[in-house]
Amino acid sequence: MTALRITDLVFRWPRQARNCLEIPQLELAAGERIFLHGPSGSGKSSLLGLLGGVALPQAGAIELLGTNLTQLGGRARDRFRADHIGFLFQQFNLLPWLSALDNVLLPCTFSSRRRDRAGPSPRTEAERLLGHLDLKPHTWHGPAGELSVGQQQRVAAARALIGRPEILIADEPTSALDAERQQVFIDLLLQESAAVGATLVFVSHDRRLAGHFDRIVAIDEINRVAQDPREGGGGMAQSGQCCALPRSRPGAGA
Amino acid sequence: MLRLAALSAWSRRLTLGLTLIAIALAVTLLLSVERIRVDARQSFTQSVSGVDLVVGARTGGVQLMLYAVFHAGTASNNIAWDSYQAIATHPAVDWALPLSLGDSHRGFAVLGTSADYFARFRYGDKEELRFRQGKPFAGVFEAVLGSEVAQGLGYRLDDRITLSHGLGELGPEHGDKPFRVTGILAPTGTPVDRTVHVSLESITALHLDWVGGAPLPGVNIPSAFVAKFDLRPKEITAALVGLKQRGDVFRMQRFINQYRGEPLLAVLPGVALDELWQSVAMVERTLLAISALVVLIGLAGLAATLLAGLNERRRELAILRALGAGPGDVFLMLTAEGALVTAAGALLGVLLVTLGSGLAAPWLLERFGIVLATRLPGGQELALIAAVIATGLLASLVPGWRAWRMSLADGLTPRN
Repeated sequence: MTALRITDLVFRWPRQARNCLEIPQLELAAGERIFLHGPSGSGKSSLLGLLGGVALPQAGAIELLGTNLTQLGGRARDRFRADHIGFLFQQFNLLPWLSALDNVLLPCTFSSRRRDRAGPSPRTEAERLLGHLDLKPHTWHGPAGELSVGQQQRVAAARALIGRPEILIADEPTSALDAERQQVFIDLLLQESAAVGATLVFVSHDRRLAGHFDRIVAIDEINRVAQDPREGGGGMAQSGQCCALPRSRPGAGA
Repeated sequence: MLRLAALSAWSRRLTLGLTLIAIALAVTLLLSVERIRVDARQSFTQSVSGVDLVVGARTGGVQLMLYAVFHAGTASNNIAWDSYQAIATHPAVDWALPLSLGDSHRGFAVLGTSADYFARFRYGDKEELRFRQGKPFAGVFEAVLGSEVAQGLGYRLDDRITLSHGLGELGPEHGDKPFRVTGILAPTGTPVDRTVHVSLESITALHLDWVGGAPLPGVNIPSAFVAKFDLRPKEITAALVGLKQRGDVFRMQRFINQYRGEPLLAVLPGVALDELWQSVAMVERTLLAISALVVLIGLAGLAATLLAGLNERRRELAILRALGAGPGDVFLMLTAEGALVTAAGALLGVLLVTLGSGLAAPWLLERFGIVLATRLPGGQELALIAAVIATGLLASLVPGWRAWRMSLADGLTPRN
């Protein structure tokens, strides 16, 4: 079964002259664990936005679990994201004013599907996940903002895993960790995503972390814009710069 | 989602709390101004009823009303007893009450008048004065106390009180001539409550041995002998006049204003009060406008606080987005937060006004004669509160809208 299928995708940020992504074809099998790498500005974050359904491509289709996201409305895409995708970001993943345990339980408040899939007691499941990710019970109930970065990332991993989402998207989750803990964390993540049977999309600019994945994909290989800037139509010299949002204008891009 | 919004707000309780307090204080100010405005008007219009003309020496109409009815300020001139007689016996006049002011008892005004006063005087909606205890004064050196005088100073029937000359508490005493309390009036919510009523003859008797506002040195006429003197007053401060037919009021006013004996002034209480309102309306409106501005400043502060907090909450919003919140949810979260802070601030303001008016009421009553009712907001005040909350909601749309835009632009990865 296919977890993800992208066909003829074209994406450009609003008010940008050049396309950011042109991906003719990308397919992931269910349960596959893929390492997606590329330099910053190469469109990784844009691709994640598209997969999460917070952005829409100008053309092409994005099918997740057989559902074409581009044919859903905004509400339905938000719903789909809550129900089927677990996210894990670089850092500051947690709401600092909630406890670690409540942070893990968040997906269950947003999605009844995730709550149902978390077993008879989501709380017990959250505790189980936290324990599995090596977090001692005394860290579960204090404010999440007071945990160390490493602990926070493991809490965030537990949150992404709860309710067994079919797709797990991790965006540079180890970049805030020191080198020896990076691999430990990745192994933990691989193991847990395998345990819930999730398709894992792991994004990073650091190729050295790619060791244990089923498949390694460079974004430049699948994105035609990066291969030849002129095909994007803008004639910019440096590839991928179009994929960075204009930082001076946080309100842009509606 | 609502629970999360509440928890998020709670984590920022210090800033939000300060903003809330600022709004509460602004609302308190606004409601206080409104309440004092309405109650002042109410107190003043309630003070006298059924009087067709108020007569005094020639002065401003407002000033005449102030000293004759509200016992505030002093008369510049008195009117001669003969002039009063001429008015009182005029064929168009049904009744007339002489008023003689100028003395006081521990800060309360002393009013010399005729015993008729208690039967004739009306306040509010044509209500009569009622005695809670005792009866009207009959002779010299007898006094009838307003309810607050009795309550505030703890007087009972047959107590002895001494009056002082002038309106200040430190005026020279008429210590040699004590008065006996013969009656205590029921509360009216008008200046009557804060007045000591005595007969005109008592006023004359008090000042037998006085000349030009001070006791004559070496002369002391004991109370027992005053009856031997002619106690008919030579002059009074003002008079209240009721006519047989209201239609005669302008004719009578002209008669008094053109009176040959001395320059007099007659005013219609309603007209004079209107004049008073016109002179204070400007001040009222200015005060109200200033309070409204203060409320606006408070609400602008709220919007600014929420907007400033938004940059720090960018990650929070992105996390909520990743968890499945839509841009609309984010918009609602911000807007609801602002609206709720405004509503809570307004509620706290109402509470402060209710408490504060309870505390300030005695002082306002004593100092300015304004009866401040302790009550829940009604009518106009509710409209003001609603306007504040509506404006707060509008102000909260700004951070809400910005958060909406931000969450669309950021998607799942906040940028700084």
